[in-house]
Amino acid sequence: MNPVVRFVPYLLFVCLALAVVPGEATARDLRLATTTSTDNSGLLAFLLPRFETLHGTKVRVISVGTGKALKLGENGDVDAVLVHSRPDEDRFIEQGYGVQRRDVMYNDFVIAGPPQDPAQLRAHSDVIGAFVRLHETGQLFVSRGDESGTHKMELRYWADSGRQPEDNPGYRAAGRGMGQVLLMASELGAYTLTDRATFYAMRDKLHLEILVEGDTRLFNPYGVMAVNPARHPDINFEAAMQFIEWLTTAPGQQAIGDFKLDGEQLFFPSTGG
Amino acid sequence: MELLDTTRRALLLLFSGDAELWQIVWVSLKVSVGALVLVSPFAIAAGYLLATRTFPGKRLIVVIIQALFAFPTVVVGLLLYMMLSRQGPLGDLQLLFTQIAMMIGQMLIAAPILVAFTLSAVQGADPRIRETAIVLGASRLRTAFTVLGEVRFGVMAAVFNGFGRVISEVGCALMVGGNIAGMTRNMPTAIALETTKGEFAQGVALGIVLMALALGVNFAMSWAQGAGAQTQ
Repeated sequence: MNPVVRFVPYLLFVCLALAVVPGEATARDLRLATTTSTDNSGLLAFLLPRFETLHGTKVRVISVGTGKALKLGENGDVDAVLVHSRPDEDRFIEQGYGVQRRDVMYNDFVIAGPPQDPAQLRAHSDVIGAFVRLHETGQLFVSRGDESGTHKMELRYWADSGRQPEDNPGYRAAGRGMGQVLLMASELGAYTLTDRATFYAMRDKLHLEILVEGDTRLFNPYGVMAVNPARHPDINFEAAMQFIEWLTTAPGQQAIGDFKLDGEQLFFPSTGG
Repeated sequence: MELLDTTRRALLLLFSGDAELWQIVWVSLKVSVGALVLVSPFAIAAGYLLATRTFPGKRLIVVIIQALFAFPTVVVGLLLYMMLSRQGPLGDLQLLFTQIAMMIGQMLIAAPILVAFTLSAVQGADPRIRETAIVLGASRLRTAFTVLGEVRFGVMAAVFNGFGRVISEVGCALMVGGNIAGMTRNMPTAIALETTKGEFAQGVALGIVLMALALGVNFAMSWAQGAGAQTQ
């Protein structure tokens, strides 16, 4: 037999194996697009095993910025989305990409900066005042710059403060995840807006302190939603709904409240449970 | 249709003179050309010396330089990051997340390629050129320039090859540059990270520029090698 022809069955087998293995996984698993903050903080590693043992569904997490997470949902590349940017979530539902949006939990943002605090933000209890002060003093400020929920929140604060962030020569748009932006701010001795969860998770590696916190405008609600099965019939809608149901009722809400990092509660369940 | 639409918007960005896009291209060119201009004289001199001198341990050095070819750029980035970090030995220079840091990284990445290519070009040159120059009483420096001038196409191929490697390098540039908009965001880091915004048009547009550059560099390199083969 021609030596090339002898390879054909093996080749076919390899192709088949490649086609079947991930195919089977996608049919049964739940694909969840979420933000880096839920993943970096360790919350998902705490929550998901509980859901997985209860329902026998494996959850595959794709952790990206809110913008990209919603885009993945729009394209039907995932089954469910867990993000934090209410206006974008509402648009996602209105445009028919998603269904069944529900509040899950909230955490809060803080302004972190160098311990010496050259802009003297510690004196400010309101976030807008602090942003005005940052702009006026021209201090280094590292922005996520990646259209994530955190970045969008930051842009809203700039808009409310009536300042153009780009006017500040110290403004640095990094286009990276929260962890990297915190490390960058720490290296540069710069200020940044961060979610509390990621800040606590990385605290040991940072020369930064929380300088502004507690303003109600720093409140950061998370929502979960399923990708619209009418638009993408091949998604795992059943698993998505199971997950949403679990996350927003007593068992999931309880677990969110139980999650602690170094003794600090980072996420607060929306139902107060 | 998404793909078609993205490509259409990418072309629009390219030809409408989008300031942000060309700023990124500019950063890329400035850093990579700068790195090569700075490192080339030293690397070419080192390659020439390695080719023309004999000394103990020379073979080992040549082997190490060839091994550095395959040195992962992210490891270069990691080492450089640790050097430049505020806890690092060079932290006081405050170079981390600047174009200078990116240039240093690219110089480190390009150097072994330049040295090894120059080495083999000089070794491939007709030995009579050097001998004649020496017999005619040329100084060592004069001799070096004569020989390097003779193998100029090989040296140019070395420089093009080095450029091709650093212009598309993402690992080190991202780690020590930080992808800061308007400052250290170059084509590879923009493509790698801006897609996380879900905005693919800019990535595609930059990809087109980067591919055109890479093709141009490869074309220039084959031309230089072909021209070099003809003169020898």
